[in-house]
Amino acid sequence: MSGLTVQDIVKPENLVYKKTDLMTDKTLSYCPGCGHGTAHRLIMEVIEELGKEHETIGVAPVGCSVLAYEFMNVDMQEAAHGRAPAVATAIKRVWPGKVVFTYQGDGDLAAIGTAETIHACNRGEKIVIVFINNGIYGMTGGQMAPTTLPGMKTSTSPYGREVVAMGNPLKITELVAQLPGTYFVTRQAVHTAVAVRKAKKALKKAFQNQIDGKPGLSFVEIVSNCNSGWKMTPVDANIWMEENMFPFYQLGDIKKDGQLIEKK
Amino acid sequence: MGELKLMKGNEALAEAAIRAGADAYFGYPITPQSEVIEYLMSEKPEERTGMVVLQAESEVASINMLYGAGGTGKKVMTSSSSPGISLMQEGLSYIAGAEIPCVVANVVRGGPGLGDIQPAQSDYFQAVKGGGHGDYRLIVLAPSSVQEMSDFVPLSFDLAFKYRTPVMIISDGLIGQMMEKVELFDQMDRLTDEEVIEKYPWATNGKPVGKERRILTSLDLDPHKLEKHNHHLQAKYREIEEKEVLSETLHCDDAEYIMVAYGSSARIAQKTIQLAREEGIKVGLIRPITLWPYPKKEIEKYVQKGIKGFLSVEMSMGQMVEDIRLVVEGRTKVEHFGRVGGVIHSPEEVLEALKQKLIGG
Repeated sequence: MSGLTVQDIVKPENLVYKKTDLMTDKTLSYCPGCGHGTAHRLIMEVIEELGKEHETIGVAPVGCSVLAYEFMNVDMQEAAHGRAPAVATAIKRVWPGKVVFTYQGDGDLAAIGTAETIHACNRGEKIVIVFINNGIYGMTGGQMAPTTLPGMKTSTSPYGREVVAMGNPLKITELVAQLPGTYFVTRQAVHTAVAVRKAKKALKKAFQNQIDGKPGLSFVEIVSNCNSGWKMTPVDANIWMEENMFPFYQLGDIKKDGQLIEKK
Repeated sequence: MGELKLMKGNEALAEAAIRAGADAYFGYPITPQSEVIEYLMSEKPEERTGMVVLQAESEVASINMLYGAGGTGKKVMTSSSSPGISLMQEGLSYIAGAEIPCVVANVVRGGPGLGDIQPAQSDYFQAVKGGGHGDYRLIVLAPSSVQEMSDFVPLSFDLAFKYRTPVMIISDGLIGQMMEKVELFDQMDRLTDEEVIEKYPWATNGKPVGKERRILTSLDLDPHKLEKHNHHLQAKYREIEEKEVLSETLHCDDAEYIMVAYGSSARIAQKTIQLAREEGIKVGLIRPITLWPYPKKEIEKYVQKGIKGFLSVEMSMGQMVEDIRLVVEGRTKVEHFGRVGGVIHSPEEVLEALKQKLIGG
């Protein structure tokens, strides 16, 4: 292999993988190890592969991904905390031919925006909701989220989430799956290569449903780590997620083609 | 002459939305303005013009639907009454910050809190001084007849798009519920999708080929950039103050005293003028039509002319009176009279207040 220069290697015919043009070149604001960057990339790859980059409008939330519009190279609107499903509903209603999605965290979607989430799902809005669940408020510094596990320590549950006083974690994905307006509901992860492939497939199905005009909303939860908020290394956070988050938030499809999947 | 109809103020507002070529209405029922969405639903605007009408799950959702659809360059509107408008304040702040055109109608009822369902003008501060967080303004139009409930809808859309800013039509339970003859303007065409794309390059309706994506946000984490954005908004507000003030005067030419009143109160004040002049009291009326921008120059003109006093007649405990005082700066007397909680003052009560607070005092 001696004598190979960079110029010899960087040739179009040697290209095996390329960042999608639908991700900007701006440095991600996320912590190293965080799943947001991967989730962003998968959505943008899917939109590119479906040929919809000029027909997509995204809605960004409040939370760590408040700046999603800095990285996603499509038309975007930044919504108030929790209101993305209402914003997306209206966009889709006045531009039914466009592809519309929201990208929301757990505090945004499952706490302050619960009403907007449930009603957009129940009306069967033909949009895609991507829900990043890391069980904590990352942006504001690690406070308890609606999805924080029992016993889990956060800055507002410093001795662990005590369910009698602080309530139970909310499985909003299972909840919206019960509504007749949802067409596809799935829970994925992006912490391993296998998980990434599955998540991308799920996202593609969700967007394809919308493009095909399937009757109802497609809802993709991605269980993600928050190594900074959980105060762990990225590797430890992924292990902790597998051992603690996945047993509670089980991965896989919950509803497909408008039918709940029966657990065996 | 346009089509004549006998209509409620709320119905005229709804019909005007269809005729003005609105693309969508999102709203939530609340008394005394529920006729707006009821009328729209019964009219099937989807069939008449292609206009979308959706009953939202809350006023919070309605206003955020305006943020979404308005952000795509479509003509969008909502309506509500006081408690519902309070719920919309967060959204209005975001809409002002992100510079999204839309029209919001407030059919005001008695407050504070749940208050009652009778007419009031106690949301003046909320409408003209902000209501939501941050330095922003709404253009606020105050109809005083069913005719103006209709006419101000296309005017509001024009202003909203001209300045990329939210516009509020503020009436009250009286104007919303009463029936009057209204001359309806002819149906205007809705813009086609292609026209919207062509006309509003800032709108998010899919990144154009070969061009940068559009981002609508009220966020900027760089304080210097956010300060610059605020200066940009203020420059726009100064331009609006310069160009868009609307007011009407009645019997002011020979007046020694002037009542200042908008909406329903202005109608009552007209009767008071008649009663006062029968007694030889020379009183006139300034009716602000835009509550923001406020007709400061009109008031200043009469201060210069040496008017003996102003009486702010409003169905509130004294809100607009502060804006009159800001213009007058102590150079002449400025008093307030108003009934509240849904009680409507009589012309005789207003005359009595005029005598006691200005003439006798």
